[in-house]
Amino acid sequence: MSSTFDTVANIISETCDIPRETIKPESHAIDDLGIDSLDFLDIAFAIDKAFGIKLPLEQWTQEVNDGKATTEQYFVLNNLCARIDDLVAAKGA
Amino acid sequence: MHLEYFRLIDRIVELNLGEKTIRAEAAVPQVSTIFEGHFPGRPLMPGVLLIEAMAQTSGWLVIALTRFERMPFLAAVKDAKLRAFVEPGQMLSITSSLVHDGSGFAIASASITHAGKAVCNADITFRVMAFPDPAFRASMEQVAAEIGFPVKAAADG
Repeated sequence: MSSTFDTVANIISETCDIPRETIKPESHAIDDLGIDSLDFLDIAFAIDKAFGIKLPLEQWTQEVNDGKATTEQYFVLNNLCARIDDLVAAKGA
Repeated sequence: MHLEYFRLIDRIVELNLGEKTIRAEAAVPQVSTIFEGHFPGRPLMPGVLLIEAMAQTSGWLVIALTRFERMPFLAAVKDAKLRAFVEPGQMLSITSSLVHDGSGFAIASASITHAGKAVCNADITFRVMAFPDPAFRASMEQVAAEIGFPVKAAADG
């Protein structure tokens, strides 16, 4: 069974045509991988499907815009994967 | 269709909130300045307008599913296939089903048929957000009334 990171990295690689080996847990999806908000919708769709969750993108965006959170908290991949794990756990609770 | 007003559908004939599907009808006008250029002597409905018709139909589905609280804006069109020519005067049936309800976005799969034959299809992504202002929403409510959008059914869910 692949890890959350492997699943997410594969999704990003396939969705955005980014070489898999360049995608690291410490990569920032926006700043390091150059993924824009439209491409991230495709990634969110694939993540939602793969994990059976609904990434709260609107809430995250609002928090960043309001200065209550940084993009690193949500878009550095190891942080993103931790959020995904939390959402999966909450779904099963 | 009222091409001058960019209204690509005439009326909504089916809306199933449980199945998350919608069907609309649209009659291609017999006369339009668009056909003078597309193409001289061989009038054809432009494919981009067929895509817009699918987007508008899908958009009304998203509006219905969000109970007229959210506005979809076209963000992406994928795998658009234009399978048949559409000529002035043809009646089109446009269907759409929701593929995914994301956070701030939605994806629908739409198609158009004419006389039971496939005309085109595409997967359409929308950004879904609050109406920019009350006047915008009011204008959409006016269009909704004109195309037979079942406001009450959508509101009741």
